[in-house]
Amino acid sequence: MTKGVDVDLEDVWIRFGDFVAVREANVNIKGGEFFSFLGPSGCGKTTILRSVSGFLEPSQGKVKIGGKDMAGIGPNKRPTALIFQNLALFPLMKVWENITFSLEVKGIGKAERRKRADELLDMIALPDQGEKLPSELSGGQKQRVAIARALCAEPDVLLLDEPLSALDLKLRQHMRTELREIQQRVGITFIYITHDQGEALTMSDNVAVMRAGIIDQVATGHRIYNDPATPFVASFVGENNVFRGTVKSVDGDMALVSTNRTGELLSRIATSAKGKLKVGDSAMMFIRPEACNIAEDTSPAVNRFSAVVKHEEFEGQIYNVFLEGSEGKEIKMSLVNIGKQRAPAVGNELMLEYEPQQAVVLPAGELASE
Amino acid sequence: MNIARFFRNYFTRNGIGLGTFLLVAVLFWVVVLIILPQLSMLDFSFRHHLPPPEMGGPKDTYTLEHYKYLVLGAPGADTSYNVVDLGVFGRTLLAAFFVTILDLVLCYPLAYYLGQSKGGGFIRVLVLLLIIPYWVNEILRAFAFRIIFGDSGLINEMLLAMGLVDSPIDFIRANVALYAGLGYAYILLMIFPIYNVIESLDRNQIEAARDMGAPWWRIHWRVVIPYAKPGISSGCTMVFMLTAGALAAPQILGGPSSLWFTQIIYQWFNQGGNWPRGAAFAIVLLVTCIIIVLSTMRLFKVRIGDIGK
Repeated sequence: MTKGVDVDLEDVWIRFGDFVAVREANVNIKGGEFFSFLGPSGCGKTTILRSVSGFLEPSQGKVKIGGKDMAGIGPNKRPTALIFQNLALFPLMKVWENITFSLEVKGIGKAERRKRADELLDMIALPDQGEKLPSELSGGQKQRVAIARALCAEPDVLLLDEPLSALDLKLRQHMRTELREIQQRVGITFIYITHDQGEALTMSDNVAVMRAGIIDQVATGHRIYNDPATPFVASFVGENNVFRGTVKSVDGDMALVSTNRTGELLSRIATSAKGKLKVGDSAMMFIRPEACNIAEDTSPAVNRFSAVVKHEEFEGQIYNVFLEGSEGKEIKMSLVNIGKQRAPAVGNELMLEYEPQQAVVLPAGELASE
Repeated sequence: MNIARFFRNYFTRNGIGLGTFLLVAVLFWVVVLIILPQLSMLDFSFRHHLPPPEMGGPKDTYTLEHYKYLVLGAPGADTSYNVVDLGVFGRTLLAAFFVTILDLVLCYPLAYYLGQSKGGGFIRVLVLLLIIPYWVNEILRAFAFRIIFGDSGLINEMLLAMGLVDSPIDFIRANVALYAGLGYAYILLMIFPIYNVIESLDRNQIEAARDMGAPWWRIHWRVVIPYAKPGISSGCTMVFMLTAGALAAPQILGGPSSLWFTQIIYQWFNQGGNWPRGAAFAIVLLVTCIIIVLSTMRLFKVRIGDIGK
């Protein structure tokens, strides 16, 4: 199979009339990389994908594939293959005809197409299903046929538009692993669109988080989660407790934040805010639910605060504890289920603590709405 | 037993009152308004043409003479086959076939455009513009065509004014007006079934085909047309049947030398007063049309159930 090639977006703007769907997108996607665009619906991620596949020309800027400017090149002439959200299998063609449609277009004979279809059916672990119609397959099987159909064209770049969203949870998790395996086997560039952070984090080498047409951060999943670049990223990816306030003092990488309701708390300054956050700036501090713990030592400190347990949820691997801090501040804490029955603690006042390195402070900004 | 259960379910679902009404209405429609008259026509077609006093008398027996007449002509005629009537019959079917193809060629792109563009308001206006002319009755529309295609009609005037022709073209004699009129008469019955099917075609399928490198004609050939087949066959069936059975347009727009088979039937019924012969001719037309439609559907692998979609 062909080796994946780079995809570059250079200062890409996409407008629909007065509406700016994508503004100033600058991304370098490396060849052979599994790259995800993550964002809430309507953030412009599908628009970006359509500009890479060629269904849409950017209003401004360049889309380059393998270093070549794609302006004026239609979707049927680009080295990309697109997997649609609803898969868009052709309902009246047999599975093998679906898979080899791109070869049929090139005028390749039936015998050779059939052979290629069988190879691909083996690869997706659906041997002997070629004669069926797509409607006779299950959701997961259809999914795999769509992947085989896209790979059959031997594209340099595979574009996936939320292809797992129609599957149930178990199958979705299984397909994540499978997609990642296929990507590593064929070695081409995958560009994946999703609003599901779990999918983005588990599969991708790099993730771009988008908000209202703007790319907020491009980094590895790990970086995105632990070192978000904006309050939007911090609140959109995973869950976070947000503490608003102002910066009281800065000491190297650490800042002491005077929060509005929870007193003074110490936190690490996010990489993107380093050197920019000054004393007196309004700031947002984020502590993940799993970074919170019940403190043994209840004396006041800059990494402790007290809160009253309102209710608990048992989710299997974790307990979610919902607390109320001073002045009604809502706080969520997640405790790993280590096999011991937890004593119900509703109504108890607890002292919570966290590791200041695990909290992150950013200049105040827009949060992801629920 | 199955039928008993079917009716039990039917009445529990619709209630006794509504269920009975629907059943009676549909049965009345099918039996009294369709099946019985057709059966009586069928019966007529096998009877002798007798003056009223002799009807039901000893001479009123079943006969094949009208069917024989259509094929062999009047006894003692100088040709061994009824060349005139059979010729008209063949020409009518052939013309209906071509009118159907013409309508399909005209309507498919239009229906595709209407069905696939998400124009909203604009599309509704277009559809309305297609429907409104049909508020005008068929006879008036046919006469309007006669005026447009006449010697001093719009088209000839324009051709003369542009200097393309020296003297008016006789569109009526050349049957151009007839085919245009017939093509126009039932064009909506072609557009709407195709439009309805194409409207439900997932746009992503077209894009997927395009993404895989297919040129536009292959997208239509492999994706859109197979999907639209039920609509296309439903449209073609209706246009073919109605065109072959049209009377007003051939009567008004046909050239002096052209005769439509329905006109012959009409003549037997009305001028000739020979109902049995008219009935026999009409039955032959109906059965032939049904056979043609069914075998064409067979050829294109369309099941009869698909047409109802």
